[in-house]
Amino acid sequence: MSNLSWIFISTMLVNNFTLVMFLGLCSFFGVTGKIETAWRLGLANTFVLLITALSAWGLNTYVLGRAPYLRTIAFIVVIASTVQIVEMAVKKYLPVLFRQLGIYLPLITTNCAILGLALFQTARNYNLAEGIVFAFGAGFGLTIALSLMASIRERMELADVPSVAKRMGLVLVIASCLSMAFMGFAGMGSAQ
Amino acid sequence: MSAINAPEPGAADFVPGAPPPATVYADMWRGITRENPVLVQFLGMCPTMAVTNLLANGVAMGLATTFVLVGSGLFVSIFRKYIAHEVRITSYILIIATFVTLADLILAATFPDISKALGPFIPLIVANCLLLGRAESFAAKTGPARAVADGLGMGLGFTFSLSMLSALREILGRGSLFGHDIFGPHFEPWVFMMMPPGGFLALGIALLTLAFIQGRLKARRARLAAGAA
Repeated sequence: MSNLSWIFISTMLVNNFTLVMFLGLCSFFGVTGKIETAWRLGLANTFVLLITALSAWGLNTYVLGRAPYLRTIAFIVVIASTVQIVEMAVKKYLPVLFRQLGIYLPLITTNCAILGLALFQTARNYNLAEGIVFAFGAGFGLTIALSLMASIRERMELADVPSVAKRMGLVLVIASCLSMAFMGFAGMGSAQ
Repeated sequence: MSAINAPEPGAADFVPGAPPPATVYADMWRGITRENPVLVQFLGMCPTMAVTNLLANGVAMGLATTFVLVGSGLFVSIFRKYIAHEVRITSYILIIATFVTLADLILAATFPDISKALGPFIPLIVANCLLLGRAESFAAKTGPARAVADGLGMGLGFTFSLSMLSALREILGRGSLFGHDIFGPHFEPWVFMMMPPGGFLALGIALLTLAFIQGRLKARRARLAAGAA
């Protein structure tokens, strides 16, 4: 049990997917203009990560043992089609949730965090329970990182920055500071 | 050549007045300079920061991505008339994933230690937005020759940016280049640059410098124009 909580904390804070492992940076820089969209995207990501963990576990257990060279192709195709099916199901049965997630649900498929989760889960030989906890930790970590970044950028809208820093340059320096803050958790060790 | 009939995405980019170079070369140059994937388009951020702590890693990642870009560009372009519109994204992803698997296996067979250092980041090339972006916006609309040139240009531009970033980080963070010590024993390494925040900071500095130089050039051009008038 302590192993599971350790995986959760370590994935969420110590090895935060976005700020320490550099996964899912496209959405981190692309969709963090508003805090509202940022945390919604984070939760949508968590949802897809959970599905990914389940399908990656299934693939690893039943299929890829015999054909490891198909790993990349199998993961991306299965993840993409599962997300598609889930999207259709959510649209039909939970239309409110679907409207809240909006375009983010399909976009998430090509997020590196999703494939990254499947690959790291494979590399570390997680079992089903560990995989699910890993997905939750990664998803909450993403949500935290996205919300932090979005709230800083909302403040920055009002700040008077030099014209050189108007574009992405300053955002990257801020990301560096955030990442540095998260390095503080490294004192808790790493669960490799 | 079918490229003549196809819409030419690159055609609008030519600077008026400059002598128009042959399109294939223009396609290549665009990727390296004006549409550089990392420094201008801001695509493919994950590998850009995750593997650029050592120059060897950055170059290997850049070349692997170039290989995938060229291969997937060629095949997407060849099959562009047979792929139905509704399933095009899935088809592109499949083509890309095939080449990524090839790159992964080739790298593991030829440079096992680099392959081990990059780890899951080689298969993660599939999720690099740059690949799907080029397939969708360029390769699917032109003939194979231009698609390959575009892939090569984008790949080289990507490799160039990654090499610059990883050289900066390795020199500052370790005092070495390609693993060779360059400053001697008195150098105190700035370990921060090797760690994740250093990746963000290095690219941030690069972008700020670029914006600064661009601002200066623009001001100078405006001054010259004012002087001429």
